[in-house]
Amino acid sequence: MEAAAFYGFSALAIFAAFFILFSKNLIHAAFALFLTFLGVAALFVLAGADFLGVSQIMIYVGGILVLLIFGIMLTQKITKNDNSSKHNRIEVLIRREVWGFLVGAGLFVVMLRIIVTSDFRMKGDVMTNKSTIKTIGVELMTSHLLPFEIAGVLLLVALIGAAYLAMNRNPTS
Amino acid sequence: MIPIQHYLLVAALLFCIGLAIVVTKRHFIGILLGIELMLNAVNINLVAFGRHDPERLTGQLFALFVIVVAAAEVTVALAIILRVYGRYKTVDPDEVSDLKQ
Repeated sequence: MEAAAFYGFSALAIFAAFFILFSKNLIHAAFALFLTFLGVAALFVLAGADFLGVSQIMIYVGGILVLLIFGIMLTQKITKNDNSSKHNRIEVLIRREVWGFLVGAGLFVVMLRIIVTSDFRMKGDVMTNKSTIKTIGVELMTSHLLPFEIAGVLLLVALIGAAYLAMNRNPTS
Repeated sequence: MIPIQHYLLVAALLFCIGLAIVVTKRHFIGILLGIELMLNAVNINLVAFGRHDPERLTGQLFALFVIVVAAAEVTVALAIILRVYGRYKTVDPDEVSDLKQ
């Protein structure tokens, strides 16, 4: 049962990722990214990271994907003879297919060799079926307090910086 | 229980697809999609190894910070893309080749 769920969600994530790679319509690619995030969140849950799976869905799907779709819509060229009865296609051309294939396939072959020949000896005991929320909360507030605060400051800086950059888009002309 | 190599294989495949997307797409947002995919693939590795650390959950905490940094990165990148689009009227990275107009 667990194996079936694992391979099913892995296949979902990988097929959606290939769809992003080959799709010419950017909106379809963004929604395929949604499917990939969903599959990855399911893999997180199967690996015992329930809090991380939920936060993956909330942050990526609820935040980042909406932001990306807004970005696609804001940077779209408006054509004069726009037929309103047809839906918009945002065509993206693909360049350097050979280099993309070579880099991707080459890196995958290298990683495949490493993973197949590796022999991990795990020291700790495997996670039991309990919730990880309590452990994550305690760890965040005790031993990982400084990275937690830095992450908060980073988010504030990103918020202010993004708002400042996106505002006043054509200051001179 | 799923062996850890299978998690690593899925993560490696997703990472390589993300890398190929970054190389081939002729659109800033398409490149961002690829980067998000790569960050997610790395998180799978962290969580898969964090399975063997149930007391301290270091891998999952690191993955959480990766998600936070990814969120910050995508907001700033989108703001920069909007500025570049406002100036150059294009979203193709190959056409943005001059430093100053």
